[in-house]
Amino acid sequence: MTTAPSVTVLPGRGKASLRHRLAERGIDRSLALLAPGVLFMLLLFLYPFLYGLQLSFSPQHGGGALANYRTFFSDPYLRGSIGITLWLGIPAALFNVVVSVPIAYKMRGRFRGKRLLTTLLVVPITLGTVLTAEGLLEFLGQAGWLNKILVDLHLVSQPVRLVHNYWGVFFSLVITGFPFAFLLISSYLSGIDPSLERAAATLGAGWWHRFRHITLPLLSPGLAMTFCLSFVLAFSVFPSAQLVGDPSGATHVISIAAYHAAFEQYDYSMGSAISMIMAAIMLVIIGVVLFWRSRMYRGSTGGKG
Amino acid sequence: MAADALTGGHDQTGSRHRLIAKPGTWLVWGGVVLFFICLAGVIFSVAVDSFATRWFGSWWPQGLTTHWYSDAWSSFNLSQLMTVTGEVALVVVVVSVLIGVPASYVLARRQFPGKKLVMLLFLLPVLIPPITYGIPLATLLYKVHLAGRLSGVILANLVPSVPFVVLTMTPFIEQVDPKIEAAARMCGARTTSVFTRVLAPLLVPGVLAAGILVLVRTVGMFDLTFLTAGPSSQTLVVALYYSVFSAGIRAQQSIDSMAVIYTASMMVLLIIALRFVNPTQLVTRMKEEVAG
Repeated sequence: MTTAPSVTVLPGRGKASLRHRLAERGIDRSLALLAPGVLFMLLLFLYPFLYGLQLSFSPQHGGGALANYRTFFSDPYLRGSIGITLWLGIPAALFNVVVSVPIAYKMRGRFRGKRLLTTLLVVPITLGTVLTAEGLLEFLGQAGWLNKILVDLHLVSQPVRLVHNYWGVFFSLVITGFPFAFLLISSYLSGIDPSLERAAATLGAGWWHRFRHITLPLLSPGLAMTFCLSFVLAFSVFPSAQLVGDPSGATHVISIAAYHAAFEQYDYSMGSAISMIMAAIMLVIIGVVLFWRSRMYRGSTGGKG
Repeated sequence: MAADALTGGHDQTGSRHRLIAKPGTWLVWGGVVLFFICLAGVIFSVAVDSFATRWFGSWWPQGLTTHWYSDAWSSFNLSQLMTVTGEVALVVVVVSVLIGVPASYVLARRQFPGKKLVMLLFLLPVLIPPITYGIPLATLLYKVHLAGRLSGVILANLVPSVPFVVLTMTPFIEQVDPKIEAAARMCGARTTSVFTRVLAPLLVPGVLAAGILVLVRTVGMFDLTFLTAGPSSQTLVVALYYSVFSAGIRAQQSIDSMAVIYTASMMVLLIIALRFVNPTQLVTRMKEEVAG
């Protein structure tokens, strides 16, 4: 009696097994829902990327597979664009993150007008590059309101040059990047259980010790992520570097170099090579930050987030 | 509740704490106020200039007029720009929701081999700046003669939008209780009716939020549209950029009035978006995905 079922099951198992076993591993027809998305990303993201990679190794003017890369790294003007980009992107991203922390820290909890303040902070996202650039040119320019105020207060003897150089682009990166960093950090902070800090306060820790030994360690993974995303934003400064900066000199960033090669000199191969260098630098920096992050506390922050 | 108790606790810890904390508080709020003053300066410079007759080196323009707006409308061919922008944005929203939501359903509910790889594929476009993959993508689109047309602009804009929908919708679907679907199936519903009559109504708020955010992002997307647009497929941002970059052809005020129109329409979109989405919560949800 006990052996009979197993005898009847065994032959059936051979037939139905492949579908069944695949389903047990999570492969069945419902995966078809994923297909359009994956196909789309392969076709329009991964394939162009690989196409660009391949194109970058077949230079238009000959000279071997690595000719484009050799040209890029031997030309000081092109090579220097890496330094210019990093010198703009890293300080701007750091500034946005570091300034957001105390403001987000003060804005925890509920108070009147918080929603209004959050909405106001989102406003710069709507400005768009062009209005920001125009506004900076007019507000910070030689005849702009800021210089007028500074001169009238006798803080400076003659108008300060703040646009068409490094600082113009830096300000534009802060205006567009700061609200983003602030929103990210305040959402990370709201995920940290406030009772942890209160426990430290009852043990006699001052605000600095509470911040330094409780909030900051719990927040630092979030800070690393925010820095990465702010840096991604700051790294592709193309429009503001063209409009408020000095695109052929002090703010000749790498994205301008790539665009110039691909769509002004029509050397698509060189343009792709510069894009690949850009992607590589980007991924190295994100990799370093994420590696540093992986060595920090990763557990629960005890809050709702 | 907890937050109220915390601020209450601050006050009760005595005068020593308040004395130390106070300069810091002033510094922080001072910084915020300074940021807003500069922001207001930037916005008002442009807004005032767009109404100015002449404005050189003085505190206030010589006179005010609105004729730059009617000028901008005709000389920039604004109605055509608006139509193109609207078409691109709407098609991108619809297609990215249609592609993204089913994919995020699978990612939220199923475990399968290679899931991490698929997640990485959806994450990379968020982590790499658009201009980086935009240049090879535009090169390819020019090669197949799609760039310079509306379809090329739409395809390029879909590349960051589909992952965005997937990354925002996956956590949203995860929080829908799978028991509801199981119950529907037990009552005899087939897969199609589970989707259309059980899941779809539950997902409407999430889809709406993701859709509106994709709309805002697409209208504001400069890099990809700039790389792929031709003369007849420019969106508002790209046309604005060209008019500033080739400065001297148009009056400053004319450009400014168009920038004001652009920002005003973006603000309307964003205010609508904020009615459906809480920015800090959305970021948390998206961030967890990025972090995981």
